[in-house]
Amino acid sequence: MNPSKPPVRRSGAMSASIAGEDQRTVKAPLGHALVDVAREDERIIGLSADLAKYTDMHIFRDAMPDRFYQAGMAEQVLMGMTTGLAMEGFVPFTSTYSVFATRRAYDFICLDIAEPNLNANFVCALPGLTTGYGPSHQATEDIAILRGMPNLTIIDPCDALDIAQAVPQMASSEGPTYMRLLRGNVPLVLDEYDYEFQLGKAALLRPGADVLFISSGLMTERTLEAAKRLAEDRIDVAVLHVPTIKPFDAATVLRELAADRLVISAENHSVVGGLGESVASTMATGGVARKFLQVGLPDQFLEAGALETLHERYGLDVDSLISTVKNNIG
Amino acid sequence: MLDTTGVSDERLLRLREAALRIRENSLIQAEVQGQGYIGQALGVSDILAALYTDQMRFRPEEPEWEHRDRCLLSIGHYALALYAALVEAKVLPFEELESYAADDSRLPMSSMSTYTPGVEISGGSLGHGLGIAVGIALGLRRKDSDSHVFNILSDGELGEGSTWEAALEAAQHQLSNITAVVDFNGLQADGPSQDMLSTEPVDEKFRAFGWEAIRVDGNDPAQIVLGLEALRANQDQPGVLICNTKVGKGVPMLEDREKLHFMRVAEDEWTQARAQLKEVFDNESK
Ligand SMILES: Cc1ncc(C[n+]2csc(CCOP(=O)(O)OP(=O)(O)O)c2C)c(N)n1
Ligand SMILES: [Mg+2]
Repeated sequence: MNPSKPPVRRSGAMSASIAGEDQRTVKAPLGHALVDVAREDERIIGLSADLAKYTDMHIFRDAMPDRFYQAGMAEQVLMGMTTGLAMEGFVPFTSTYSVFATRRAYDFICLDIAEPNLNANFVCALPGLTTGYGPSHQATEDIAILRGMPNLTIIDPCDALDIAQAVPQMASSEGPTYMRLLRGNVPLVLDEYDYEFQLGKAALLRPGADVLFISSGLMTERTLEAAKRLAEDRIDVAVLHVPTIKPFDAATVLRELAADRLVISAENHSVVGGLGESVASTMATGGVARKFLQVGLPDQFLEAGALETLHERYGLDVDSLISTVKNNIG
Repeated sequence: MLDTTGVSDERLLRLREAALRIRENSLIQAEVQGQGYIGQALGVSDILAALYTDQMRFRPEEPEWEHRDRCLLSIGHYALALYAALVEAKVLPFEELESYAADDSRLPMSSMSTYTPGVEISGGSLGHGLGIAVGIALGLRRKDSDSHVFNILSDGELGEGSTWEAALEAAQHQLSNITAVVDFNGLQADGPSQDMLSTEPVDEKFRAFGWEAIRVDGNDPAQIVLGLEALRANQDQPGVLICNTKVGKGVPMLEDREKLHFMRVAEDEWTQARAQLKEVFDNESK
């Protein structure tokens, strides 16, 4: 063995964890939140298509077996079942991977659920680049696919707190919702801030005079970390967290765009059709011009490999955020 | 049950030895990765040995040879088993197995045609293979080609509507140049297949859809090759070989382990697993 050779990195299971080793985490926040809500609301039903175990839906399944339906690996009829239950007055929470809900079952969600504005809720794992398994499982364009669907609310949570607080609001809100689910050991980040998840609202997590990060999903954890490290270099960085991608909180974004700062959007999604483009169009239609950069996944089919490698390769890691700021400021 | 007396001892030994090496090749990959789809790979090895060393026409040095038989693996997570078979078939070098699932490797964890010589389609999203097989079979027929199309699919893939749409198309167009091979291991991601979306009786369903269906012990090489030959002799209908296989086959400690989609194997168990594989093979060869 050559000791100077770095260890080979490999892709892991479909369910590779996004949490770092020494990080505070909460186990299966979706499953536990759903059980809590379902204890209060008899209408809640859980469904999955052979992926309960991989979407934390197994917590609900095991706690309330008579309120869970296993559809088997059949995502289109999974949406049919979801539709029918919602039509009969139940409130379904339906899980699979993001790729299968958005690519395979789009038509069924769009016409049967979104058009009649049914209260059906999708909790879909492996959003963006959260697995090194390759394009079949990397939902790099799920938001781009779904943003064009009228009536649908799209949620991109940062952490376990966002997930736990979003679930009851998804259940009680009218119309369909889609959550980009983080599963397994999910980082806990936002409890350190004066913050509550509010459906449809963006929230300023920290102020900063030099740079404004506008981020969603797991990227908010990283923009916060980048902001902390940049503060050591006396660069003052604000972080605006946008956990609801649609409807887009343009009012709050425009309010933050009022101050003249370098603006950087950061998302765990393709640069096409996601948060970055939402910010850009808000800026343009709001008549504001700022220096603006988009951090996100390239418009490509991504490679397979270890998740960490891929995050570095495609610039989603904290170091890349920091160099983006340093290379573009001042 | 097929009468297997017609399969000679030499042929049977060749098949069993090929399956042994495919299992060994799979263990190498599973060990470097540390865990994974080794249960499925061990279960499907006899099927792959039959296809790649007995049934299919291909040129190892020319994986895209026009007159090859096509084998479409739609179950992307079975990739390590396919790589193991492609090494046995001399399409891939043995040395490359250690790069399984590694960064920048040609052998990704989920099989992709754009990465690996000899891999015909990209798997991963299940339920695509049989439909593509229909299109290839139509294309081959238009070209007056006598190449045959195989599609290896899993019992889980029988839950997808797309699989049954493809089954209807194949019968509609009388695509006798297709053989589907179902690795019926009774297992899916959330548990036993019968608790997910039961598809039994699978053979009768395929027959009702216009296919010739034969069900065999998918870990008995003689039954597999005879089944494949019988289906290929049918000039009017597509054929499906439903193979009942055992997760972890050939390694008793893994056969007896809780049947899990993603099997856990401890770091110190691989040596023992390899030893057991050899031991079982030697005992059965006596
Ligand atoms: C369309 C689609 N839905 C869901 C999945 C996630 N998934 C991967 S393997 C698997 C189990 C499918 O059953 P089978 O292939 O029989 O599993 P195995 O025998 O390998 O356990 C599932 C649901 C997928 N890859 N593709
Ligand atoms: Mg199976």
